[in-house]
Formats: sequence, C-alpha cells, structure tokens
Amino acid sequence: MNLVNLSALDLGLASALILALAAMSLWLSLGLERTLLINALRMTVQLLLVGLVLKVLFAHASLLWIALGAGFMLLVAGREVMARQQRRFSGAWGYGLGTLALTVPSLAIILLALVVLVRPVPWYEPQYAIPMFGMLLGNSMSGVAVGLDRLMQAAWQQRNVIEGQLLLGQTWDQAISELRHEAARAGMIPIINSMAAAGVVSLPGMMTGQILAGSPPTEAVKYQILIMFLIAANTGFATLGGVWLGSKRLFDERERLRLDRLRKVT
Amino acid sequence: MLLEVRALQTEIFSHIDLELEASECVALTGPSGSGKTVLLRALADLDPNQGDVFLEGVSRQRFSPSIWRLKVAMVPAEPAWWGLRVRDHFPKDEVISMQLLGLPEKALDWEVARCSSGERQRLAILRALVRKPSVLLLDEPTANLDGSNRERVETLIASFRHAGGGVIWVTHDEVQAERVAQRRLQLEAGMLRETKKSAA
Repeated sequence: MNLVNLSALDLGLASALILALAAMSLWLSLGLERTLLINALRMTVQLLLVGLVLKVLFAHASLLWIALGAGFMLLVAGREVMARQQRRFSGAWGYGLGTLALTVPSLAIILLALVVLVRPVPWYEPQYAIPMFGMLLGNSMSGVAVGLDRLMQAAWQQRNVIEGQLLLGQTWDQAISELRHEAARAGMIPIINSMAAAGVVSLPGMMTGQILAGSPPTEAVKYQILIMFLIAANTGFATLGGVWLGSKRLFDERERLRLDRLRKVT
Repeated sequence: MLLEVRALQTEIFSHIDLELEASECVALTGPSGSGKTVLLRALADLDPNQGDVFLEGVSRQRFSPSIWRLKVAMVPAEPAWWGLRVRDHFPKDEVISMQLLGLPEKALDWEVARCSSGERQRLAILRALVRKPSVLLLDEPTANLDGSNRERVETLIASFRHAGGGVIWVTHDEVQAERVAQRRLQLEAGMLRETKKSAA
C-alpha cells in the first residue's frame, strides 16, 4: 500500500475550513479569528520548516546533528512550559525549572527507547529518534506546565494555609504536600485519561500516521503501545520532578514561604 | 533571658533590639501599618530577616525552622484552617481541655466552617498552647471576642505566663495592654521604644 501524496491544493482546500471557522468567529463576535489565523499560519510555517529540517537531518544522520536538534527541541519546550504559567519564578528559575524537569527524564527515556527497546541501526537513527523525542516532549511539556501552573496558583491563593501549618511546626515539605499532590495529579491525569481512551474513543496520531503511510495496523499498534508507555512515564516523571523542584524553590533555607520569588505574567 | 533579639532587620526595620524574660508579657502597640505584625512574623522566622535571635541563650540558627516555630509560636490575627474539623488541627492523642476557653469538649468535633470568628480565634490560641511553646506571639488575639471570652483568653495566657512562658501581645487596646502586660513597647517609624512599665 502506497502513501497518497498531498498537493498544495489539497492543503489549501483544508485551510478553507479554518477560514470558515474564522469567519464564524467574526460573525459571532468571539474575537478569536485573529488568534486562530495567526496560529494556523504559525503551525503551517513551523511544520514546513521542520519538514525541511528533518529532510536534512535524515540525509546527514550524524549524532552531533541529532543532539543539536534534540537540544533545540528541549529549549523550546522549556520556553513553552514557562509561557503557560500565570505565576512563574522570576529570573533564571522561570525558564530553568521547566527545562530541567523535562530534560532529565526525557533524555533517560529516549535513550532507553532507542538503545534497549527499538534498537534502530545506528541507535540515533533520526527517522526514529526525532519523532519519538518530539512526541515525548510535546506531551510531557503539557503535563509539567499544568502541574507547575497549578502549584504556583495554589501556593499564591493558599498562603495563609501554608504559613498556618508552618506556624504549627510542620516542615516545608509537610506544609506544601497536599498542594503538591493536587498539582501532580492535575499534570498527570490527562495522559492517564488518554491511555484509557486510546483505541476506543480516539485513534492516536502516531498509529494513524503509520497506517496512512502503509504500515500494517498490528505493527502500528505495537509502536503506539510502546510510545504511549514512554509518553506516560515521561510525563509522570517530568511532572513529579518539576512539581517537587518547584515546591522546594517556593521555600528558602529557613523554610519560609517565598512568594516574592514569583511574578505574575500579565 | 527567655528571648533576646539583637539588631533585627527586615524590609521595614533597620535595627530592633528586644528582650523578653520568662513569665513576662510585653504589650506591643503602635499605629496601624507600623509593622507590629511584620515584627512578630520575623520573630517566628516566617519572613526573611537578619539579626541575632536567641531563645534561652541558644541561637535561632541552632534550631530547625519547624522546632523554632513550635518554641516561638505565633498566633496570627486571622488564623488559617485547612482540615474539615477542629480536631484535625490538634496533635493526635493529646488531651485537650476545651473548657479552658469556655468551649464544650465536643468542640473538637465541630466543623471549622461552622465556628464563629471568635471561636476560631480561641481555638487558634489553644492549638498553639497544646504544642507547649516557650514564647507566644499574639497578634490581636482578642479582637473578635466579647467581654467574657476576652477574659477567658487573658486568664489562659496569664496561666501560661505563670508557668514560665513569655508573651509578646500586639494590641490596640490601651486598657488591655495595661491589664495583661508588665512592659509596653511602642513601634513607630521602624523604631521600638519602651513607653512605660504596666501595673500588671
């Protein structure tokens, strides 16, 4: 089974749906048309560019280029995590926290996947390494962002409760533990739910893509199961790590709640 | 000396010295916004501050933060509650006499949300006291109380003091300050000065 190639006209016709939606937004005064069109355009440009980048990477499959590509993806993911928080740490921590939380588990899990599980030759074969790393990061980024956003908002709103517990002799770890659990749950629940819905409510994108590209459905399913395990684990570890690190940073060495380290993004 | 404070510095004070003897109550007065709460928070080590603070001659740095806050216990003007029931805020297996504050024994099983602000205030003092502090930092502890309950709180604090505890009591009530404290300190424009010795 061969892949049916899409022409520019096909994509243009599909984009007409977005134009129709923008027109509807304008008609209903939703005020979303501008954002919708800009983001659709941004998505198109980004994907066209990444297509070119992947083409070059696939043609020059050197470890250095793959590592540079992965590093760039990590930096952008870290920026996205930061941008999605209404209250974030000021200074380098604002950017560093999410990036660090994503980096450690993502690198460990992609290495495990490539070297132990999938074992392409060479192990950093970009056809496997880049898409899998992208899927890991894309999902984990959302988990970390949601978890950190929930933690910072809750700490801000429940300052009295946290300090009330500190005043009764609890440690910083005890005083923030409930908020931290809630934040970690908020970050992890979407990926847990998506596992429950996979194959029943939704056909995951990777599997669909492979089937469209002509892979046997049973093989596509195996890859999808593998990637779902990796994504769930990565999202979980990154969210737990980010939320723990964020909660630690909310206190200083004398276990004082330091909300002055946060700034609100307007 | 029970509590000794040397050159305490926060965002709004540049230099505060303070001494508190065992069995002594010091009333802390001053206009609104003068920093009385900030001073109590700094003593409880709840906000960043510099300076030397000693409890019975031992530097604050020698205590873990949680132990320090148990020994130098602050009761805020608006205490926070997080558990469903009053009991959730008291140590387990601790015998607690609610009658000390004019509350029935079953008050431990009350839902916090159904307590009046005065009841919450009294319960907040009790939950600090059951943890056996050496020093109590009270931020307007009777502001929401009627006459008889104010008297109960004053009696309870007096018995804590007679057992060797020290108290710093923030109040706007001059008569109360005269009644409960042995010394009175006035905080104004970042300076702490002793106004007079009380009759109590």
